[in-house]
Amino acid sequence: MVGYLIILIVLAVVFTLITGPLRSARHRRSDLGVTTADLEAARDAKYREIRDAEMDLRTGKLSEEDHREIDGGLRAEAIEILHRLDEAQAADAEAEAGQDGRRDAESELPSAP
Amino acid sequence: MAPVGRLLLILGFITVLYGLGASLYGGRARDEAWIHSGRRAMYSLALIALVAFVILDIAFVRNDFAYNIVADGSSSTTPFFYRVAAIWSTQQGSLLLWVTLFSGWASLALFLTRNKIREVVPWAQAALFTLVGFFLGLNTFLANPFETSSPAPPQGAGLDPLLRHTTMMIHPPMLYSGYTLMLIPFCFAIGALVSGRVNAEWVSVTRRFALGAWLFLGIGIVLGARWSYTELGWGGFWGWDPVENAALMPWLVATAYIHSIMIQEKRGMLRVWNVSLVLLAGVMAMVGDFLVRSGILSSIHAFVPDPTLDIAFVAIVGVMTLGSIGLVLWRYESLKSEASIASIFSREAMFVAQNMVLVALTLVIFWVTFFPLISEAITGNEINVGQAAFLPFVDPLAVAIVALAGIAPIIPWRRMSLDKLRSNFAFPLGAGLVALVVLLLVPGVSAHTAPLAIFCAAAFVVATVVQEFVRGTRVRARGTGESPPVALVRLVSRNRRRYGGYLVHLGVVIALVGVAASTSFQHQRRATLAPGQSVRSDGYTFTYVRPVAAATAQKLEFGAIMRVSRGGHRVTTLRTVYGVYPSATSSAPLGRFFETSLGASDESTVGLDAGLTHDIWVVISADTQPLDPIINRGDAAFSRAMSAILKLPRRQQSQKLSDLFQLRDRAVQELTHRWVSRPWPTQFLIEVSPLVTWLWIGAIIAALGGLISLWPATPRRGRGRRDRDGGAGRLADRRALDAGRGLGADSREPAPAGAPRGGELVTRLTPPDPAA
Amino acid sequence: MDPSRKRAIRLWVALSCAVLLAVALIYTSFSAGRDEVTASQLIRRAKPGTTYILAGTVVDGSVRRTASALSFRIRDPKSDVTAAVHYTGEVPDPFAQGRAVLVDVKEGSSPTATYTGVANSLTTKCPSKYKAASGAIPKAGSSQSGAGSE
Repeated sequence: MVGYLIILIVLAVVFTLITGPLRSARHRRSDLGVTTADLEAARDAKYREIRDAEMDLRTGKLSEEDHREIDGGLRAEAIEILHRLDEAQAADAEAEAGQDGRRDAESELPSAP
Repeated sequence: MAPVGRLLLILGFITVLYGLGASLYGGRARDEAWIHSGRRAMYSLALIALVAFVILDIAFVRNDFAYNIVADGSSSTTPFFYRVAAIWSTQQGSLLLWVTLFSGWASLALFLTRNKIREVVPWAQAALFTLVGFFLGLNTFLANPFETSSPAPPQGAGLDPLLRHTTMMIHPPMLYSGYTLMLIPFCFAIGALVSGRVNAEWVSVTRRFALGAWLFLGIGIVLGARWSYTELGWGGFWGWDPVENAALMPWLVATAYIHSIMIQEKRGMLRVWNVSLVLLAGVMAMVGDFLVRSGILSSIHAFVPDPTLDIAFVAIVGVMTLGSIGLVLWRYESLKSEASIASIFSREAMFVAQNMVLVALTLVIFWVTFFPLISEAITGNEINVGQAAFLPFVDPLAVAIVALAGIAPIIPWRRMSLDKLRSNFAFPLGAGLVALVVLLLVPGVSAHTAPLAIFCAAAFVVATVVQEFVRGTRVRARGTGESPPVALVRLVSRNRRRYGGYLVHLGVVIALVGVAASTSFQHQRRATLAPGQSVRSDGYTFTYVRPVAAATAQKLEFGAIMRVSRGGHRVTTLRTVYGVYPSATSSAPLGRFFETSLGASDESTVGLDAGLTHDIWVVISADTQPLDPIINRGDAAFSRAMSAILKLPRRQQSQKLSDLFQLRDRAVQELTHRWVSRPWPTQFLIEVSPLVTWLWIGAIIAALGGLISLWPATPRRGRGRRDRDGGAGRLADRRALDAGRGLGADSREPAPAGAPRGGELVTRLTPPDPAA
Repeated sequence: MDPSRKRAIRLWVALSCAVLLAVALIYTSFSAGRDEVTASQLIRRAKPGTTYILAGTVVDGSVRRTASALSFRIRDPKSDVTAAVHYTGEVPDPFAQGRAVLVDVKEGSSPTATYTGVANSLTTKCPSKYKAASGAIPKAGSSQSGAGSE
């Protein structure tokens, strides 16, 4: 009896988990490109590199001249990432606004007689 | 519940097939719903595997001998903790453990990447399902752990005495965690190659899993070494056994990988090398598991061969290897990088050199491990090479690894100027030279070149690490006004990767010092002693004080108390015991308790005194042969008595048998006691080994460093995980970046007077390392 | 120096080191190795004075211990051929009849054993796959209770 119960519960959980995304229209997106999370990770990694170079300068591994060159390049790359992050966040906001608009429109539709 | 377990395995296999199909379809059609559904299939599989594992483990705990593997591997007299762990002493149970761990780690990896590298994930998911499906398929169709027998035997065969060791509880799960974690970046590499997204993103996302694999494999290896060290006949803490090598090889490759990916993250270089390394590490992890299960190589650790699994493992290793090579060749053009190493005095160059040495060491170990099979294929004879073949290669490579572990941290990325070179190397080189001079004055050391080189290189590395911590603490304390202890703690917590890595270097080097000293300067002596007699070894006097004996329901023990003294002063008192477990197959009434020739199992408990300067290790080789004439007479007498009782009417037999077995038990106890009352000379193996404890201390330090590197950072101050305040924060960052570049942008936080340039950015951008 | 030329030089240096290492490995392996043989192979081609690694299973009932030595027979995994071994030195804990073992042997001078085991060369396979012989598990109410009474 306990065994059958375990099987039933597991089956129910598995079925609910697996079919969840297929039943929800909200998840259907086709853009598999670079995400905001990817860019945030890249930004944080770049900041870490800038801090590491700073630390190398302060602990006497890098000369001022070498640090200047490396630091300049890293900062330029970080600014580029911030630009891309701006664009990605704006695109996300647009997409969400579009989805909200569709939901509002659906909720205003007259119910069927 | 056995049918429930079996059903769960089948359900799990169906889930794998669904997940594989959903991932492939979702990736091909770029439909995130199907990809998401596939991801959830992995979560479901983890749940199914866990439930099946728990059902099986409960069967062990409850002594349900209807299950064949419970009857084979446990008994009602097996202590509770060993019953819990006995599941993975069996082929079928260990496969189920593998599936449970792999599906768990894969679920974690997919959860953490659910919003990242979306082009890579569907193909990585498919690869994960393929590999977990392989193991689950073995469990479901070839090595079913839920097979039962009817009627169920009333008692099990029991866990072999040699496996009754606390390390048994943790060593296999650690190793399996390491192997399964190593397959995570492997699968994501496959995903990156298939999707063509071969830049650094997938590397950054899976870095923690590679580090986790390294950590768990390392812990598993050290636990195995500790177990081996305390068991007689397992070659000390390391014997270059094929199964030991099988765990070491992926660990070495993982070490190379977690260093070289830093080059790809920072400079975009070595993409071909890195993807090849991680694929190699994954294949090595699979080969390692294959070596243990197949028994194709003669090993004290390997399971008895199971031919049904051999072909399956060879096939999957072949697919993984050929598939990896094919994918790398297919994407070779997009993997190539234009950047190159600018200077030999750069961290990139040192990491590349370290990689070369580690891979060379791996190839040496691989060649010598598999040489019996290679030689059989070439010459028709299986040729075995022992330690003598390894050491001429291992020693210089080990010295090179230690030296590079000291050099790389004190050289910056890209290049280092000559004056910086001098100022950074002066102290560590001085420490190495001082060590050399001091050690050359110690008698006996100069004759051992390899250990001497290791000791000097280790001094260099220790000085490097100390220098880095001191300089970093000083810089932070000056900049923030914190006290040195507080500055040190905050320095480490804000630069976990760097300083955690330094601790790992320190720990590994200390462990290697322990290895070099204990193997090169060990004193070993065999002696046959009667109570009261003594023998000398390495300046110590070992006196056999008295014998000890015990008889319990589980086993008989024959041991000795040994007093160790030096210069007339007592150093320690050791107790070593030879234990005999009764045979389950012999019918000899007395002999089954004593005679290993009749199937009794034995194990030795080592007497060990571990100290910071040396370990004193003693083991008894108790010989019960002087009892044989009495045992043989006793067997004959009891057998005659048994025959006479069985001729009596049934109602009289029960009481008489009970009396006879009580008499038998007393006889066993009396015979055991003769070891104490009329002792005879017995053989001892005595070892005095210097600095062994530092091997374990170094391993603990390295593990701690690994944990620090692995530890996820708290989210950035004042921001949610998804950076919802976005714009204002990025604007402030942009201004700080521009100010650092001297472009004249208005900055809210002017740099303090006298602060080095970029200080403002360091203050503004001081959040800890972000979570992967 | 031109970066591509630097890269080419580094590649050639690395390849040369790899080739040297490979040659050294191959030479050492073939010169330092010893043949691992089964009982039937050993009997067929053993040469006096040559050491071999004998692999096989310890024959049930063949183990005899004296104060200083161990005698046993090893069976060929693929046939019924057995070889007798007279061994001195460390006996690992897992050693028992029916277990797979490896021992270094050479032709010996003992009148009762054909091969002499090299001291302290005996190793035994991990016992975690050890299965009890069929019928060995005592039935309920069996006479085989342990010392100290259950």
